[in-house]
Amino acid sequence: MAEVVGAYFTSHVPSIGGAIHRGAQDDPYWKPFFDGFPRVHEWLAEMKPDVAVTFSNDHGLNFFLDKMPTFAVGAAEEYHNADEGWGLPVYTSMKGHPALSWHVIEQLVADEFDPVTCQEMLVDHALSIPFELAWPGADQWPVRVVPIGINTVQHPLPSARRCLALGRSVHRALQSWQGAERIVIIGTGGLSHQLDGERAGFMNREYDTFCMDKLAAEPDALTRDSIHEIVRQAGTQGVEVLNWIAARGALGPSAREIHRNYHIPISNTAGATMLLEPA
Amino acid sequence: MTIAAMIGKPGKPIPGTTLFDGEAARKGYALNAMCYSFNEAANRQAFLADEEGYCARYRLTPGQRRAVAERDVLGMIAAGGNIYYLAKLAGIFGLNVQDVGAMQTGMSVAAFKQMLLDQA
Repeated sequence: MAEVVGAYFTSHVPSIGGAIHRGAQDDPYWKPFFDGFPRVHEWLAEMKPDVAVTFSNDHGLNFFLDKMPTFAVGAAEEYHNADEGWGLPVYTSMKGHPALSWHVIEQLVADEFDPVTCQEMLVDHALSIPFELAWPGADQWPVRVVPIGINTVQHPLPSARRCLALGRSVHRALQSWQGAERIVIIGTGGLSHQLDGERAGFMNREYDTFCMDKLAAEPDALTRDSIHEIVRQAGTQGVEVLNWIAARGALGPSAREIHRNYHIPISNTAGATMLLEPA
Repeated sequence: MTIAAMIGKPGKPIPGTTLFDGEAARKGYALNAMCYSFNEAANRQAFLADEEGYCARYRLTPGQRRAVAERDVLGMIAAGGNIYYLAKLAGIFGLNVQDVGAMQTGMSVAAFKQMLLDQA
């Protein structure tokens, strides 16, 4: 039987990629963020996952506004990164797990979700940077990936409640999967930040702390707010917390927190990293 | 501004914030389509070589064209620009999200960066 070994959550800000590229992990500005990762490396080395089911949002690399899926599930043999327009290196491609992707899609549709299925899908910094942070310097990634995309770009966005339910449906799929894989769930993005408008630069430690405090034991508490109120509290891009909420659902009914790091600011963002295990 | 003032009141508009919704997506389609094209290095070069011609090719509205010409980020957002796509335009000029934040808040880049650090 496949096993869900735990969940890894992290911010995916592009400038993290720049810091890695420059070798700036120990600079005073970056160190408090990168100090959150030795524990992640240790945990991954111990858990040895070979599949990652990921929740993230595309930022205008794979999807444009001509077709904008609310939920999209990758079902490709391989996922490539590409030039996003502002100077990050092109990251290592990821191997897919199409059989598991289709199993997840079957469960989602059986549970009355209506995802877009993608046999070709570029992955952007929202996946590449969390992978670089988790497995620094890897020539190839140690996991095959089932990437799930959530629209956090164009409103209306799916509600937090819906994203948690989506994740729970993915968990049901993983429970009935007959393979022997060791699966890590990954949720990326956030936490609070806002890049646009007169409120650019907004962050909210109090709301982020609420989210991190509730994530393991009371994830339903994160679904109390409408999208509008989440944007108010977390910022226009902080709404990426939806990826975390869905990932938490995919981890399973009960969970315990084993690691947390939080630091303001990285770039314009409240940087956060967490590890959860099933309980 | 205090954090409470930046958050505002539940049910009310969010201060200093435009949600990128269907109306904005319709209005901003041409501008965002142009910015999306900047994923390709050749298109970034073509824009730099002939900005006027490149904007015309994407049929920017006069308001969008003016905002791009004036490097007016709030103007681009008002014209339907989405920040994830606009970031690709900013990248052409070597501007990062702190530069863009400073442009939108009327602060110097140094003051904007300090404002971020002050939230630690």
